[in-house]
Amino acid sequence: MKRLPLIVMTAVAICFVASWLSQGANASTESSSPYLQGFLVTTAVFLTLCIFSFLYQDNPFYKFAEHLFVGISAAYWMCLGFWSTIVGNLIPRLSEGLSNWFKVPYQPGDWNIVYWVPVILGLLLMMRLTANYGWLARWSLAFIVGTTAGLNFVRYLRSDFIEQISSSMLPLLVDWQGMGHFISNFNLSTDGQFILILSNWVIFIGVICGLIYFFFSKEHTGLFGQASRAGIWILMITFGASFGYTVMGRLTLLVGRLTFLFRDWLGIIN
Amino acid sequence: MIPHTPIIAILGIGTYLSLALLATGLIWLFVGSLKGKEVDRRVIFVFVLFAVAAPLIFPTTFKDHASDIVKKVFDKIDNLPKGSTVLISFDFDPSMAPEVQPMANVFTRHLFAKNHKVIFMSLWATGQALTNSTLDDVVRREFPDKKEGVDFANLGYKAGNQGVLNVIVTDFKKMFPNDSRNIPLDSMPLFTGINSCRDLDLILSVGGGFPGPKEWVLFVGDPANVPIGAGVAAVTAPIYYPYYPKQMLGLLGGIKGAAEYESEMQRVYPQFASMPTPALIMMGPQTLAHVVVMAFIIIGNVAFFVARRKKREGA
Repeated sequence: MKRLPLIVMTAVAICFVASWLSQGANASTESSSPYLQGFLVTTAVFLTLCIFSFLYQDNPFYKFAEHLFVGISAAYWMCLGFWSTIVGNLIPRLSEGLSNWFKVPYQPGDWNIVYWVPVILGLLLMMRLTANYGWLARWSLAFIVGTTAGLNFVRYLRSDFIEQISSSMLPLLVDWQGMGHFISNFNLSTDGQFILILSNWVIFIGVICGLIYFFFSKEHTGLFGQASRAGIWILMITFGASFGYTVMGRLTLLVGRLTFLFRDWLGIIN
Repeated sequence: MIPHTPIIAILGIGTYLSLALLATGLIWLFVGSLKGKEVDRRVIFVFVLFAVAAPLIFPTTFKDHASDIVKKVFDKIDNLPKGSTVLISFDFDPSMAPEVQPMANVFTRHLFAKNHKVIFMSLWATGQALTNSTLDDVVRREFPDKKEGVDFANLGYKAGNQGVLNVIVTDFKKMFPNDSRNIPLDSMPLFTGINSCRDLDLILSVGGGFPGPKEWVLFVGDPANVPIGAGVAAVTAPIYYPYYPKQMLGLLGGIKGAAEYESEMQRVYPQFASMPTPALIMMGPQTLAHVVVMAFIIIGNVAFFVARRKKREGA
Protein backbone atom coordinates (compact mmCIF):
# COMPACT_ATOMS: atom_id res chain seq x y z
CA MET A 1 0.00 0.00 0.00
CA LYS A 2 1.25 3.49 -0.82
CA ARG A 3 2.19 5.72 2.06
CA LEU A 4 -0.41 8.54 1.66
CA PRO A 5 -3.52 6.30 1.55
CA LEU A 6 -2.17 4.45 4.59
CA ILE A 7 -1.78 7.71 6.50
CA VAL A 8 -5.29 8.85 5.48
CA MET A 9 -6.83 5.52 6.49
CA THR A 10 -5.04 5.61 9.84
CA ALA A 11 -6.16 9.19 10.49
CA VAL A 12 -9.78 8.31 9.66
CA ALA A 13 -9.64 5.25 11.91
CA ILE A 14 -8.22 7.32 14.80
CA CYS A 15 -10.90 10.00 14.29
CA PHE A 16 -13.58 7.29 14.22
CA VAL A 17 -12.43 5.72 17.49
CA ALA A 18 -12.01 9.15 19.13
CA SER A 19 -15.53 10.15 18.07
CA TRP A 20 -16.92 6.82 19.27
CA LEU A 21 -15.37 7.16 22.72
CA SER A 22 -16.33 10.81 22.97
CA GLN A 23 -19.93 10.09 21.95
CA GLY A 24 -20.10 7.19 24.38
CA ALA A 25 -18.81 9.34 27.24
CA ASN A 26 -21.21 12.20 26.42
CA ALA A 27 -24.27 10.04 25.63
CA SER A 28 -27.51 10.95 27.38
CA THR A 29 -28.11 9.37 30.76
CA GLU A 30 -31.35 7.82 29.41
CA SER A 31 -29.34 5.50 27.15
CA SER A 32 -28.84 1.99 28.55
CA SER A 33 -25.79 1.33 26.37
CA PRO A 34 -24.02 4.64 25.76
CA TYR A 35 -21.05 3.18 23.87
CA LEU A 36 -23.33 1.31 21.46
CA GLN A 37 -25.23 4.56 20.86
CA GLY A 38 -21.89 6.32 20.39
CA PHE A 39 -20.82 3.72 17.84
CA LEU A 40 -24.07 4.04 15.89
CA VAL A 41 -23.92 7.84 15.80
CA THR A 42 -20.25 7.77 14.76
CA THR A 43 -20.97 5.23 12.02
CA ALA A 44 -23.82 7.39 10.70
CA VAL A 45 -21.53 10.43 10.77
CA PHE A 46 -18.73 8.52 9.02
CA LEU A 47 -21.06 7.37 6.24
CA THR A 48 -22.56 10.86 5.86
CA LEU A 49 -19.09 12.37 5.49
CA CYS A 50 -18.10 9.58 3.07
CA ILE A 51 -21.01 10.54 0.81
CA PHE A 52 -20.27 14.27 1.14
CA SER A 53 -16.63 13.61 0.17
CA PHE A 54 -17.80 13.00 -3.41
CA LEU A 55 -18.41 16.74 -3.72
CA TYR A 56 -14.64 17.18 -3.65
CA GLN A 57 -13.89 14.28 -5.96
CA ASP A 58 -14.51 10.57 -6.36
CA ASN A 59 -12.63 8.58 -3.71
CA PRO A 60 -12.56 5.15 -2.00
CA PHE A 61 -14.55 6.37 1.02
CA TYR A 62 -17.43 7.43 -1.21
CA LYS A 63 -17.23 4.14 -3.10
CA PHE A 64 -17.34 2.22 0.19
CA ALA A 65 -20.46 4.07 1.40
CA GLU A 66 -22.15 3.73 -2.00
CA HIS A 67 -21.55 -0.03 -2.22
CA LEU A 68 -22.59 -0.53 1.39
CA PHE A 69 -25.85 1.33 0.72
CA VAL A 70 -26.64 -0.70 -2.40
CA GLY A 71 -25.85 -4.00 -0.67
CA ILE A 72 -27.84 -3.25 2.46
CA SER A 73 -30.78 -1.94 0.41
CA ALA A 74 -30.91 -5.11 -1.71
CA ALA A 75 -30.78 -7.34 1.37
CA TYR A 76 -33.33 -5.21 3.21
CA TRP A 77 -35.87 -5.28 0.37
CA MET A 78 -35.44 -9.02 -0.11
CA CYS A 79 -36.14 -9.73 3.57
CA LEU A 80 -38.96 -7.24 3.58
CA GLY A 81 -40.57 -8.82 0.51
CA PHE A 82 -40.52 -12.20 2.22
CA TRP A 83 -41.77 -11.07 5.63
CA SER A 84 -44.34 -8.50 4.52
CA THR A 85 -45.75 -10.10 1.37
CA ILE A 86 -45.34 -13.86 1.76
CA VAL A 87 -45.49 -14.11 5.55
CA GLY A 88 -47.61 -11.01 6.12
CA ASN A 89 -50.21 -11.38 3.37
CA LEU A 90 -50.20 -14.96 2.11
CA ILE A 91 -49.36 -17.40 4.93
CA PRO A 92 -52.16 -16.22 7.30
CA ARG A 93 -54.69 -17.01 4.56
CA LEU A 94 -53.23 -20.39 3.62
CA SER A 95 -52.35 -22.41 6.68
CA GLU A 96 -52.87 -22.22 10.43
CA GLY A 97 -49.81 -24.38 11.07
CA LEU A 98 -47.51 -22.15 9.01
CA SER A 99 -49.04 -19.05 10.61
CA ASN A 100 -48.23 -20.38 14.05
CA TRP A 101 -44.72 -21.31 12.93
CA PHE A 102 -44.09 -17.79 11.60
CA LYS A 103 -45.91 -16.32 14.61
CA VAL A 104 -48.42 -14.35 12.55
CA PRO A 105 -52.15 -14.38 13.39
CA TYR A 106 -54.06 -16.86 11.26
CA GLN A 107 -57.06 -15.47 9.36
CA PRO A 108 -59.68 -18.19 9.54
CA GLY A 109 -62.20 -18.38 6.77
CA ASP A 110 -63.48 -20.58 4.01
CA TRP A 111 -60.77 -22.36 2.11
CA ASN A 112 -60.27 -20.37 -1.07
CA ILE A 113 -58.41 -21.70 -4.08
CA VAL A 114 -57.73 -18.10 -5.20
CA TYR A 115 -55.01 -17.80 -2.55
CA TRP A 116 -53.07 -20.63 -4.24
CA VAL A 117 -52.88 -18.67 -7.50
CA PRO A 118 -50.14 -16.31 -6.20
CA VAL A 119 -48.26 -19.34 -4.79
CA ILE A 120 -48.23 -21.01 -8.21
CA LEU A 121 -47.42 -17.78 -10.06
CA GLY A 122 -44.64 -17.05 -7.57
CA LEU A 123 -43.11 -20.47 -8.14
CA LEU A 124 -43.38 -19.98 -11.91
CA LEU A 125 -41.55 -16.66 -11.53
CA MET A 126 -38.71 -18.48 -9.78
CA MET A 127 -38.35 -20.69 -12.85
CA ARG A 128 -36.48 -17.79 -14.41
CA LEU A 129 -33.45 -19.03 -12.49
CA THR A 130 -33.41 -22.24 -14.54
CA ALA A 131 -32.22 -22.43 -18.12
CA ASN A 132 -34.78 -24.90 -19.47
CA TYR A 133 -37.95 -23.68 -17.77
CA GLY A 134 -37.31 -19.94 -17.71
CA TRP A 135 -40.12 -19.37 -20.21
CA LEU A 136 -42.67 -20.31 -17.53
CA ALA A 137 -41.90 -17.01 -15.76
CA ARG A 138 -43.61 -15.21 -18.64
CA TRP A 139 -46.99 -16.39 -17.36
CA SER A 140 -46.41 -14.66 -14.04
CA LEU A 141 -45.10 -11.51 -15.70
CA ALA A 142 -48.09 -11.46 -18.06
CA PHE A 143 -50.40 -11.75 -15.06
CA ILE A 144 -48.61 -8.92 -13.21
CA VAL A 145 -48.64 -6.59 -16.21
CA GLY A 146 -52.24 -7.46 -17.10
CA THR A 147 -53.70 -7.01 -13.62
CA THR A 148 -51.75 -3.79 -13.00
CA ALA A 149 -52.89 -2.34 -16.32
CA GLY A 150 -56.48 -3.42 -15.70
CA LEU A 151 -56.50 -2.11 -12.14
CA ASN A 152 -55.00 1.23 -13.10
CA PHE A 153 -56.90 1.77 -16.35
CA VAL A 154 -60.29 2.56 -14.84
CA ARG A 155 -58.89 4.70 -12.03
CA TYR A 156 -56.57 6.69 -14.27
CA LEU A 157 -59.28 7.18 -16.89
CA ARG A 158 -61.61 8.59 -14.27
CA SER A 159 -59.23 10.61 -12.08
CA ASP A 160 -56.43 11.63 -14.42
CA PHE A 161 -58.43 12.06 -17.61
CA ILE A 162 -62.12 12.81 -17.12
CA GLU A 163 -61.78 14.63 -13.77
CA GLN A 164 -58.79 16.63 -15.01
CA ILE A 165 -60.67 17.75 -18.14
CA SER A 166 -63.64 18.61 -15.94
CA SER A 167 -61.35 20.60 -13.61
CA SER A 168 -60.02 22.59 -16.59
CA MET A 169 -63.51 23.69 -17.66
CA LEU A 170 -63.77 26.77 -15.51
CA PRO A 171 -66.07 29.79 -15.76
CA LEU A 172 -64.18 32.69 -17.33
CA LEU A 173 -66.36 35.17 -15.47
CA VAL A 174 -66.67 34.15 -11.82
CA ASP A 175 -69.73 35.39 -9.92
CA TRP A 176 -70.32 38.02 -12.63
CA GLN A 177 -72.99 40.60 -11.72
CA GLY A 178 -72.04 43.36 -14.09
CA MET A 179 -69.11 45.76 -14.49
CA GLY A 180 -70.39 48.11 -11.75
CA HIS A 181 -70.43 45.34 -9.17
CA PHE A 182 -66.99 44.15 -10.35
CA ILE A 183 -65.39 47.62 -10.03
CA SER A 184 -67.05 48.47 -6.71
CA ASN A 185 -65.91 45.14 -5.17
CA PHE A 186 -62.46 45.17 -6.74
CA ASN A 187 -59.70 43.83 -4.47
CA LEU A 188 -56.52 41.79 -4.80
CA SER A 189 -57.23 39.16 -2.17
CA THR A 190 -56.68 35.56 -3.28
CA ASP A 191 -60.36 34.69 -2.94
CA GLY A 192 -61.52 37.96 -4.53
CA GLN A 193 -63.43 38.04 -7.81
CA PHE A 194 -60.60 39.63 -9.83
CA ILE A 195 -57.97 37.03 -8.80
CA LEU A 196 -60.40 34.14 -9.37
CA ILE A 197 -61.25 35.40 -12.88
CA LEU A 198 -57.54 35.98 -13.61
CA SER A 199 -56.63 32.46 -12.39
CA ASN A 200 -59.28 30.86 -14.56
CA TRP A 201 -58.10 32.82 -17.60
CA VAL A 202 -54.48 31.77 -16.96
CA ILE A 203 -55.56 28.11 -16.72
CA PHE A 204 -57.75 28.43 -19.84
CA ILE A 205 -55.06 30.07 -21.97
CA GLY A 206 -52.32 27.85 -20.50
CA VAL A 207 -54.19 24.62 -21.31
CA ILE A 208 -55.12 25.71 -24.85
CA CYS A 209 -51.62 27.00 -25.70
CA GLY A 210 -49.92 24.00 -24.08
CA LEU A 211 -52.05 21.63 -26.15
CA ILE A 212 -51.40 23.62 -29.33
CA TYR A 213 -47.63 23.25 -28.80
CA PHE A 214 -48.04 19.46 -28.94
CA PHE A 215 -50.35 19.57 -31.98
CA PHE A 216 -48.12 18.74 -34.93
CA SER A 217 -50.71 18.13 -37.65
CA LYS A 218 -50.73 21.82 -38.55
CA GLU A 219 -47.71 24.01 -39.24
CA HIS A 220 -46.93 26.37 -36.34
CA THR A 221 -47.30 29.66 -38.23
CA GLY A 222 -49.43 32.80 -37.83
CA LEU A 223 -51.81 32.94 -34.88
CA PHE A 224 -51.40 29.19 -34.37
CA GLY A 225 -47.62 29.65 -34.18
CA GLN A 226 -47.96 32.47 -31.66
CA ALA A 227 -50.20 30.29 -29.49
CA SER A 228 -47.60 27.54 -29.79
CA ARG A 229 -44.88 29.95 -28.65
CA ALA A 230 -47.07 30.95 -25.69
CA GLY A 231 -47.38 27.21 -24.99
CA ILE A 232 -43.57 26.95 -24.80
CA TRP A 233 -43.56 29.79 -22.27
CA ILE A 234 -46.20 28.01 -20.19
CA LEU A 235 -44.12 24.82 -20.27
CA MET A 236 -40.93 26.69 -19.37
CA ILE A 237 -42.60 28.39 -16.41
CA THR A 238 -43.87 24.98 -15.29
CA PHE A 239 -40.41 23.44 -15.56
CA GLY A 240 -38.95 26.44 -13.73
CA ALA A 241 -41.41 25.98 -10.88
CA SER A 242 -40.53 22.27 -10.75
CA PHE A 243 -36.83 23.10 -10.67
CA GLY A 244 -37.38 25.63 -7.88
CA TYR A 245 -39.22 23.00 -5.86
CA THR A 246 -36.42 20.52 -6.54
CA VAL A 247 -33.80 22.98 -5.24
CA MET A 248 -35.91 23.52 -2.13
CA GLY A 249 -36.29 19.78 -1.60
CA ARG A 250 -32.57 19.06 -1.99
CA LEU A 251 -31.63 21.91 0.34
CA THR A 252 -34.02 20.50 2.94
CA LEU A 253 -32.20 17.18 2.77
CA LEU A 254 -28.90 19.00 3.25
CA VAL A 255 -30.37 20.85 6.23
CA GLY A 256 -31.50 17.49 7.63
CA ARG A 257 -28.01 16.01 7.37
CA LEU A 258 -26.29 19.10 8.77
CA THR A 259 -28.78 19.18 11.63
CA PHE A 260 -27.78 15.61 12.42
CA LEU A 261 -24.08 16.47 12.31
CA PHE A 262 -24.39 19.64 14.40
CA ARG A 263 -26.93 18.34 16.93
CA ASP A 264 -26.38 14.61 17.35
CA TRP A 265 -22.63 14.53 16.72
CA LEU A 266 -21.04 17.87 17.52
CA GLY A 267 -23.73 19.04 19.91
CA ILE A 268 -23.46 22.70 18.91
CA ILE A 269 -27.20 23.21 18.33
CA ASN A 270 -30.32 22.22 20.26
CA MET B 1 -25.97 15.93 24.99
CA ILE B 2 -25.51 19.50 26.26
CA PRO B 3 -25.08 21.87 23.31
CA HIS B 4 -21.72 23.69 23.19
CA THR B 5 -22.95 27.09 22.01
CA PRO B 6 -20.31 29.04 20.06
CA ILE B 7 -19.20 32.29 21.75
CA ILE B 8 -20.24 34.44 18.77
CA ALA B 9 -23.73 32.93 19.01
CA ILE B 10 -23.89 33.98 22.65
CA LEU B 11 -22.79 37.47 21.69
CA GLY B 12 -25.63 37.56 19.14
CA ILE B 13 -23.43 38.67 16.28
CA GLY B 14 -23.20 35.31 14.55
CA THR B 15 -25.97 36.03 12.05
CA TYR B 16 -24.53 39.39 11.03
CA LEU B 17 -20.99 38.01 10.89
CA SER B 18 -22.01 35.10 8.67
CA LEU B 19 -24.07 37.36 6.40
CA ALA B 20 -21.11 39.75 6.07
CA LEU B 21 -18.77 36.86 5.29
CA LEU B 22 -21.15 35.48 2.70
CA ALA B 23 -21.66 38.89 1.06
CA THR B 24 -17.88 39.51 0.96
CA GLY B 25 -17.32 36.10 -0.63
CA LEU B 26 -19.98 36.71 -3.27
CA ILE B 27 -18.53 40.13 -4.12
CA TRP B 28 -15.07 38.56 -4.41
CA LEU B 29 -16.48 35.93 -6.78
CA PHE B 30 -18.36 38.58 -8.77
CA VAL B 31 -15.20 40.65 -9.26
CA GLY B 32 -13.24 37.52 -10.17
CA SER B 33 -15.87 36.50 -12.70
CA LEU B 34 -15.84 39.93 -14.31
CA LYS B 35 -12.10 39.50 -14.77
CA GLY B 36 -12.82 36.25 -16.59
CA LYS B 37 -11.75 33.81 -13.87
CA GLU B 38 -13.47 30.43 -13.84
CA VAL B 39 -15.26 29.48 -10.61
CA ASP B 40 -14.58 25.93 -9.47
CA ARG B 41 -17.75 23.96 -8.71
CA ARG B 42 -16.34 23.15 -5.26
CA VAL B 43 -16.35 26.86 -4.42
CA ILE B 44 -20.09 26.89 -5.10
CA PHE B 45 -20.54 23.86 -2.82
CA VAL B 46 -18.67 25.65 -0.03
CA PHE B 47 -20.90 28.72 -0.39
CA VAL B 48 -24.10 26.64 -0.29
CA LEU B 49 -22.77 24.68 2.70
CA PHE B 50 -21.98 27.92 4.52
CA ALA B 51 -25.38 29.42 3.64
CA VAL B 52 -27.14 26.37 5.07
CA ALA B 53 -24.89 25.85 8.11
CA ALA B 54 -24.74 29.45 9.37
CA PRO B 55 -28.51 29.90 10.04
CA LEU B 56 -28.53 26.53 11.81
CA ILE B 57 -25.72 27.48 14.18
CA PHE B 58 -26.96 31.06 14.60
CA PRO B 59 -30.75 30.50 14.38
CA THR B 60 -32.44 32.80 11.92
CA THR B 61 -36.20 32.33 11.76
CA PHE B 62 -38.88 34.07 9.73
CA LYS B 63 -42.58 34.50 10.31
CA ASP B 64 -44.71 32.66 7.82
CA HIS B 65 -48.36 32.86 6.78
CA ALA B 66 -50.46 29.98 5.56
CA SER B 67 -51.35 30.19 1.89
CA ASP B 68 -54.84 29.19 0.75
CA ILE B 69 -53.84 25.71 -0.34
CA VAL B 70 -52.31 24.98 3.09
CA LYS B 71 -55.05 26.72 5.04
CA LYS B 72 -57.69 24.52 3.39
CA VAL B 73 -56.19 21.46 5.10
CA PHE B 74 -55.86 23.31 8.40
CA ASP B 75 -59.45 24.57 8.26
CA LYS B 76 -60.78 21.14 7.33
CA ILE B 77 -59.18 19.56 10.42
CA ASP B 78 -60.22 22.51 12.55
CA ASN B 79 -63.86 22.35 11.45
CA LEU B 80 -64.38 18.59 11.67
CA PRO B 81 -66.87 17.61 14.40
CA LYS B 82 -65.22 16.48 17.64
CA GLY B 83 -64.44 12.76 17.60
CA SER B 84 -64.13 12.50 13.81
CA THR B 85 -61.97 9.68 12.49
CA VAL B 86 -59.01 10.70 10.36
CA LEU B 87 -56.46 8.45 8.69
CA ILE B 88 -52.83 9.48 8.21
CA SER B 89 -50.79 7.41 5.79
CA PHE B 90 -47.02 7.57 6.17
CA ASP B 91 -46.00 6.97 2.56
CA PHE B 92 -42.36 8.02 2.73
CA ASP B 93 -38.88 6.84 3.62
CA PRO B 94 -35.97 8.37 5.57
CA SER B 95 -34.68 10.21 2.49
CA MET B 96 -37.93 12.21 2.40
CA ALA B 97 -38.30 12.45 6.18
CA PRO B 98 -36.60 15.85 6.75
CA GLU B 99 -39.26 17.40 4.51
CA VAL B 100 -42.41 15.49 5.32
CA GLN B 101 -41.98 14.22 8.87
CA PRO B 102 -42.65 17.75 10.22
CA MET B 103 -45.93 17.66 8.28
CA ALA B 104 -46.91 14.29 9.77
CA ASN B 105 -46.04 15.57 13.25
CA VAL B 106 -47.99 18.80 12.97
CA PHE B 107 -51.01 17.01 11.45
CA THR B 108 -50.98 14.57 14.36
CA ARG B 109 -50.63 17.37 16.93
CA HIS B 110 -53.50 19.29 15.37
CA LEU B 111 -55.78 16.22 15.19
CA PHE B 112 -55.20 15.31 18.83
CA ALA B 113 -55.60 18.92 19.93
CA LYS B 114 -59.06 18.79 18.35
CA ASN B 115 -59.81 15.42 20.02
CA HIS B 116 -60.19 13.55 16.77
CA LYS B 117 -59.50 9.83 16.46
CA VAL B 118 -56.50 8.98 14.34
CA ILE B 119 -55.62 5.87 12.36
CA PHE B 120 -51.97 5.58 11.33
CA MET B 121 -50.87 3.33 8.49
CA SER B 122 -48.21 3.08 5.83
CA LEU B 123 -48.02 1.94 2.22
CA TRP B 124 -44.22 2.15 2.41
CA ALA B 125 -42.30 -0.43 4.42
CA THR B 126 -39.97 2.26 5.71
CA GLY B 127 -42.94 4.34 6.81
CA GLN B 128 -43.64 2.08 9.76
CA ALA B 129 -40.53 3.15 11.69
CA LEU B 130 -41.27 6.79 10.87
CA THR B 131 -44.83 6.34 12.18
CA ASN B 132 -43.33 5.14 15.46
CA SER B 133 -41.13 8.23 15.49
CA THR B 134 -44.23 10.46 15.29
CA LEU B 135 -46.00 8.38 17.95
CA ASP B 136 -43.00 8.79 20.29
CA ASP B 137 -42.28 12.46 19.58
CA VAL B 138 -45.84 13.79 19.47
CA VAL B 139 -48.48 11.40 20.81
CA ARG B 140 -46.71 9.82 23.80
CA ARG B 141 -44.82 12.99 24.73
CA GLU B 142 -47.51 15.66 24.27
CA PHE B 143 -50.73 13.64 24.60
CA PRO B 144 -49.96 10.89 27.15
CA ASP B 145 -53.65 10.50 28.01
CA LYS B 146 -54.51 9.27 24.51
CA LYS B 147 -55.06 5.50 24.51
CA GLU B 148 -54.09 3.16 21.71
CA GLY B 149 -57.14 1.38 20.35
CA VAL B 150 -59.49 4.07 21.67
CA ASP B 151 -58.07 7.40 20.50
CA PHE B 152 -55.63 6.16 17.91
CA ALA B 153 -54.52 2.97 16.18
CA ASN B 154 -51.32 2.10 14.39
CA LEU B 155 -52.04 -0.37 11.61
CA GLY B 156 -48.45 -0.46 10.41
CA TYR B 157 -47.30 -1.35 6.92
CA LYS B 158 -49.14 -3.51 4.46
CA ALA B 159 -47.55 -4.68 1.21
CA GLY B 160 -49.55 -4.35 -1.99
CA ASN B 161 -49.34 -0.68 -3.03
CA GLN B 162 -52.55 0.42 -4.75
CA GLY B 163 -53.93 -3.10 -4.28
CA VAL B 164 -54.20 -2.34 -0.55
CA LEU B 165 -56.19 0.80 -1.29
CA ASN B 166 -58.41 -1.06 -3.71
CA VAL B 167 -59.43 -3.37 -0.87
CA ILE B 168 -59.71 -0.97 2.06
CA VAL B 169 -61.92 1.36 0.06
CA THR B 170 -64.65 -1.26 0.57
CA ASP B 171 -63.43 -3.39 3.47
CA PHE B 172 -60.86 -2.23 5.99
CA LYS B 173 -60.56 -5.39 8.05
CA LYS B 174 -60.02 -7.62 5.04
CA MET B 175 -56.60 -6.08 4.55
CA PHE B 176 -55.91 -5.08 8.15
CA PRO B 177 -57.46 -7.71 10.43
CA ASN B 178 -55.00 -6.68 13.18
CA ASP B 179 -53.03 -3.60 14.10
CA SER B 180 -49.21 -3.45 14.31
CA ARG B 181 -49.34 -5.13 17.74
CA ASN B 182 -51.40 -8.02 16.29
CA ILE B 183 -54.51 -6.92 18.21
CA PRO B 184 -57.70 -7.52 16.17
CA LEU B 185 -59.35 -4.33 14.93
CA ASP B 186 -62.74 -5.81 15.89
CA SER B 187 -61.74 -5.57 19.55
CA MET B 188 -60.88 -1.86 19.33
CA PRO B 189 -63.51 0.76 20.24
CA LEU B 190 -61.94 3.07 17.64
CA PHE B 191 -63.13 0.82 14.82
CA THR B 192 -66.76 0.69 15.93
CA GLY B 193 -68.61 1.84 12.84
CA ILE B 194 -65.46 2.05 10.74
CA ASN B 195 -65.68 -0.67 8.10
CA SER B 196 -64.02 0.95 5.13
CA CYS B 197 -62.40 4.17 3.98
CA ARG B 198 -65.86 5.44 3.13
CA ASP B 199 -66.50 5.77 6.88
CA LEU B 200 -63.54 8.08 7.42
CA ASP B 201 -64.02 11.83 7.70
CA LEU B 202 -60.66 12.73 6.23
CA ILE B 203 -57.57 11.04 4.82
CA LEU B 204 -54.15 12.67 4.96
CA SER B 205 -51.43 11.15 2.83
CA VAL B 206 -47.90 12.24 3.68
CA GLY B 207 -45.26 11.31 1.14
CA GLY B 208 -44.52 12.07 -2.47
CA GLY B 209 -43.57 8.86 -4.24
CA PHE B 210 -45.31 5.71 -5.38
CA PRO B 211 -47.64 4.73 -3.79
CA GLY B 212 -48.60 8.05 -2.30
CA PRO B 213 -51.13 10.88 -2.43
CA LYS B 214 -51.87 10.30 -6.10
CA GLU B 215 -52.88 6.68 -5.45
CA TRP B 216 -55.03 7.80 -2.51
CA VAL B 217 -56.87 10.18 -4.84
CA LEU B 218 -57.23 7.63 -7.63
CA PHE B 219 -58.19 4.57 -5.59
CA VAL B 220 -59.97 6.06 -2.56
CA GLY B 221 -60.70 9.79 -2.83
CA ASP B 222 -62.46 9.81 -6.18
CA PRO B 223 -64.32 6.48 -6.09
CA ALA B 224 -65.39 6.70 -2.43
CA ASN B 225 -65.81 10.48 -2.32
CA VAL B 226 -63.62 10.84 0.79
CA PRO B 227 -61.80 14.16 1.26
CA ILE B 228 -58.05 13.80 0.74
CA GLY B 229 -55.39 16.19 1.99
CA ALA B 230 -51.71 15.71 1.33
CA GLY B 231 -48.26 16.73 2.48
CA VAL B 232 -45.67 16.03 -0.17
CA ALA B 233 -41.94 16.33 -0.84
CA ALA B 234 -41.05 19.45 -2.81
CA VAL B 235 -39.64 17.53 -5.77
CA THR B 236 -43.01 15.96 -6.50
CA ALA B 237 -45.24 18.86 -5.41
CA PRO B 238 -45.90 20.25 -8.94
CA ILE B 239 -47.52 16.99 -10.10
CA TYR B 240 -50.10 17.19 -7.30
CA TYR B 241 -51.27 20.76 -7.89
CA PRO B 242 -53.67 19.78 -10.73
CA TYR B 243 -55.65 17.71 -8.20
CA TYR B 244 -56.37 20.82 -6.13
CA PRO B 245 -59.08 21.86 -5.27
CA LYS B 246 -61.48 19.35 -6.80
CA GLN B 247 -59.81 16.03 -6.04
CA MET B 248 -57.53 17.13 -3.21
CA LEU B 249 -58.84 19.58 -0.64
CA GLY B 250 -55.42 21.06 0.15
CA LEU B 251 -51.73 20.44 -0.20
CA LEU B 252 -48.54 21.11 1.75
CA GLY B 253 -45.72 21.38 -0.78
CA GLY B 254 -42.26 20.76 0.65
CA ILE B 255 -40.81 22.30 3.75
CA LYS B 256 -42.45 25.65 2.92
CA GLY B 257 -45.88 24.06 3.19
CA ALA B 258 -44.93 22.49 6.52
CA ALA B 259 -43.63 25.85 7.80
CA GLU B 260 -46.87 27.56 6.80
CA TYR B 261 -48.90 24.93 8.65
CA GLU B 262 -46.72 25.25 11.76
CA SER B 263 -47.12 29.03 11.75
CA GLU B 264 -50.90 28.72 11.38
CA MET B 265 -50.93 26.24 14.25
CA GLN B 266 -49.05 28.68 16.48
CA ARG B 267 -51.26 31.58 15.41
CA VAL B 268 -54.55 29.80 16.09
CA TYR B 269 -53.47 27.79 19.15
CA PRO B 270 -51.37 29.91 21.54
CA GLN B 271 -50.80 26.83 23.73
CA PHE B 272 -48.56 25.50 20.97
CA ALA B 273 -46.35 28.60 20.88
CA SER B 274 -43.42 26.58 22.22
CA MET B 275 -44.05 23.43 20.19
CA PRO B 276 -41.17 22.07 18.09
CA THR B 277 -41.15 23.84 14.73
CA PRO B 278 -38.56 22.04 12.60
CA ALA B 279 -40.03 23.35 9.35
CA LEU B 280 -39.96 26.99 10.47
CA ILE B 281 -36.36 26.54 11.63
CA MET B 282 -35.44 25.07 8.26
CA MET B 283 -36.77 28.14 6.45
CA GLY B 284 -33.75 30.17 7.65
CA PRO B 285 -31.18 27.99 5.85
CA GLN B 286 -33.59 27.69 2.91
CA THR B 287 -33.88 31.44 2.50
CA LEU B 288 -30.15 32.12 2.71
CA ALA B 289 -29.26 29.21 0.41
CA HIS B 290 -31.81 30.40 -2.16
CA VAL B 291 -30.33 33.90 -2.01
CA VAL B 292 -26.89 32.38 -2.68
CA VAL B 293 -28.22 30.30 -5.59
CA MET B 294 -29.88 33.42 -7.07
CA ALA B 295 -26.66 35.40 -6.56
CA PHE B 296 -24.72 32.75 -8.47
CA ILE B 297 -27.26 32.86 -11.33
CA ILE B 298 -26.92 36.66 -11.52
CA ILE B 299 -23.11 36.53 -11.28
CA GLY B 300 -22.95 33.86 -13.98
CA ASN B 301 -25.22 35.81 -16.33
CA VAL B 302 -23.48 39.17 -15.81
CA ALA B 303 -20.07 37.52 -16.31
CA PHE B 304 -21.34 35.86 -19.48
CA PHE B 305 -22.66 39.09 -21.02
CA VAL B 306 -19.56 41.07 -20.02
CA ALA B 307 -17.30 38.41 -21.54
CA ARG B 308 -19.38 38.40 -24.72
CA ARG B 309 -19.19 42.18 -25.00
CA LYS B 310 -15.43 42.11 -24.50
CA LYS B 311 -15.13 39.43 -27.14
CA ARG B 312 -17.17 41.48 -29.64
CA GLU B 313 -15.20 44.63 -28.89
CA GLY B 314 -11.96 42.66 -29.31
CA ALA B 315 -13.14 41.28 -32.64
